[in-house]
Amino acid sequence: MIFEAVAPLLLAIGLIFNGMGMVGLLRFPDVYTRLHACTKTTTFGTIFTSLAVIVYAVDWFIASGEGQYIMLGLHTVIAVFALAVTNATGAHAIARAAHRSGVHPARAVVDHLKGAKQ
Amino acid sequence: MIPFILTVLLAFVLYLLLTAGSGSTGVWAYSEILIGLILACAVGVVARNFLCRHRNYRMINPLRLIRLCIYVLVPFFVEMAVANLNVAYRVITGRIRPGIMRVRSDLKTDLGTMMLANSITLTPGTLSVDIDDSSGDLFVHIINIEEGEEQKALLRAGELFTVSDLAAWIRRIAE
Repeated sequence: MIFEAVAPLLLAIGLIFNGMGMVGLLRFPDVYTRLHACTKTTTFGTIFTSLAVIVYAVDWFIASGEGQYIMLGLHTVIAVFALAVTNATGAHAIARAAHRSGVHPARAVVDHLKGAKQ
Repeated sequence: MIPFILTVLLAFVLYLLLTAGSGSTGVWAYSEILIGLILACAVGVVARNFLCRHRNYRMINPLRLIRLCIYVLVPFFVEMAVANLNVAYRVITGRIRPGIMRVRSDLKTDLGTMMLANSITLTPGTLSVDIDDSSGDLFVHIINIEEGEEQKALLRAGELFTVSDLAAWIRRIAE
């Protein structure tokens, strides 16, 4: 069926973006730029891997008509929303804590926050 | 009374979403609906003052909820895709010019500011670091500041986005 062709494609896109986040974590110079790499790309990559799960659930629901596949799909949708909100909030908390404990952005051309806090 | 009813409704809808498909043909089993109602009432008693702390009910307006859904699915998702290609490009080439800039949003409500801060974190090359409580300005870490941009004292929130102005969308949803 068509779903069997779509799900691996979605999984591949998701894994590429998640892998990119990991490479960024190793390559970037300081905590802020690393947060850029690992919040954005992993959220986006996980959306695609979750889409693959949803496609799989829809496929099996059409084939078997069992309610458990609706449950699987809906739980994945809720997990994606929870992940998107908590990932952004967590990144914000880490960045704020880092700046408060005196970590200044490496190679920065401007830092308004440093001036505002003095 | 209104905060209690709203909290119960939200909790009940969430419970129904989590247990959809428990019946034999894709609908809910009676036991799940009953337990959901009891639990939603318990949640309503405990949490009513957290959900509606300011006694401000503009978010139950269905027009705002529809706008929120459209916002998440279309402009926000497009911005996120652009953000990811942008970050992927910087991961590979290593071309960065980072800095922290003050960003003025002109949003007045807590919810609006929170949505903007989260949208900024998930969209192109920007990460919200801190907030100025008195003026509502956000401090945003930008991974690649354009030449000359660092001379400005502050940025407008709309300038951070490449495809569409998400700050204007958030103003229409939350204020």
